[in-house]
Amino acid sequence: MQTVLNLLEMEPIRFFIAFGAILFLVLNLAAILVMAERKVAGYIQLRYGPNRVGWRGILQPLADIIKLFTKENVAPGRADLWIFLGAPIALFIPAVLVWIVIPFAPGAVVADLNVAILFFVGVTSIGALGVIMAGYGSRSSFSLLGALRGAAQMISYEVPLILSLLGIVMLTGSLSLVDVVNAQGDTFWSWYFLPQFPMFIVFYIAGLAEVKRVPFDLPEGESEIVGGFMIEYSGMTWALIQAAEFASMGLMSAITTTLFLGGWQPPLPFLDLGQFNWFWFGIKTALIMFTFQWIRWSMPRLRMDQLMDFGWKILVPACLIWLFVTAGVMLIIPG
Amino acid sequence: MALGLIQQEMAYGTLYLYVGIFMLLVTGFVATVLVLARLISPSRRSTTKAEIYETGESTVTDPWRPFPVRYYVFALLFLIFDVEAAFLFPWAVVYQDLGVYGFVEMVVFVSILGVGLAYAWKKGALKWV
Repeated sequence: MQTVLNLLEMEPIRFFIAFGAILFLVLNLAAILVMAERKVAGYIQLRYGPNRVGWRGILQPLADIIKLFTKENVAPGRADLWIFLGAPIALFIPAVLVWIVIPFAPGAVVADLNVAILFFVGVTSIGALGVIMAGYGSRSSFSLLGALRGAAQMISYEVPLILSLLGIVMLTGSLSLVDVVNAQGDTFWSWYFLPQFPMFIVFYIAGLAEVKRVPFDLPEGESEIVGGFMIEYSGMTWALIQAAEFASMGLMSAITTTLFLGGWQPPLPFLDLGQFNWFWFGIKTALIMFTFQWIRWSMPRLRMDQLMDFGWKILVPACLIWLFVTAGVMLIIPG
Repeated sequence: MALGLIQQEMAYGTLYLYVGIFMLLVTGFVATVLVLARLISPSRRSTTKAEIYETGESTVTDPWRPFPVRYYVFALLFLIFDVEAAFLFPWAVVYQDLGVYGFVEMVVFVSILGVGLAYAWKKGALKWV
């Protein structure tokens, strides 16, 4: 038994197990989030949500997957098929790849890159490429409109997203997410969301825009351009794009937790669970995910010019000013 | 305990090789799902189905044509701030050891970019028409 366990922890084998685990995590996360989205929407609007398949609709995601697998994949006749079919892949990669630098529990991280924060920022911008590919490859007016909006939005909100992380990097003195979590300590008032509170808000808003959620869901504004950049997709190609959207929402919650809410650190020292600290990571991530869904069913959508103004004229100057504040305070109070 | 998730000590290059392999595996997985869906699902082509969706109207214009110039301005601004961030991250990592000198350097650097942002703002480049 022990030899088998040791064998499983050998390097290439461990890596492939980790790949399977992360893929399992991402796919289940997407399925559960789709389900949760509909349930939360239901309860917020005083109805039940899906409740026919299984106990209280618990098997609904399974039924959805079976349905989508057996539906026809229609592509527009004039579409550029390679770009059209490459888009789900380009959208899926960032949603899965970033998980490898997130620490789930003490020591449990797939690859402890020393540039993890830059890696996260770089890989998430592949998502903008996926949106452009989906819109351009379909050769349809609505999808192109949605894709251009999506690209403008995603690159604009990427700037505050990146700049809001500088304070954390300065306080930690490292770009590795493992170091960031270790530096935050096991009491909730020592987590970065208190000293960096304005940047926590900026990161949260920019993260919402980055994963294209309401109130920033202009790339797929249903009342104007129907499905937006994914309007021509159907069947499993559409399901993969949708899964990538929900998985990146989960990913953004996990990153917010790791950077600002202490990752796997317990809120108080006596609640330390040792190896089982992934429980705290899960609880905090789930809370952030719930606030994402709560906002979706409570907020109206922004207009495109309001969206760009908000990003460039409020969030970016706020980040730069806060950079001065953090640097100045660190100069006055060292350590 | 956390079976298969505890990272072993390994060479610097191997780690990035893993990232590359991981990316290829994800690509392979998505491609497999697409192929599988194509094999399982029915496929009855027709010219009507191959038309693009525009809420029931037939399309007049071809969407593949030059884009409005305002996207270009935002892309340029994004590029400037992205490169700025690329310079600021290494500075932020070692800031604790730099002291007053590092602070002044950063103030000068960010101020120049701030003036650039103010200029773009005043010129109306941030206005979405």
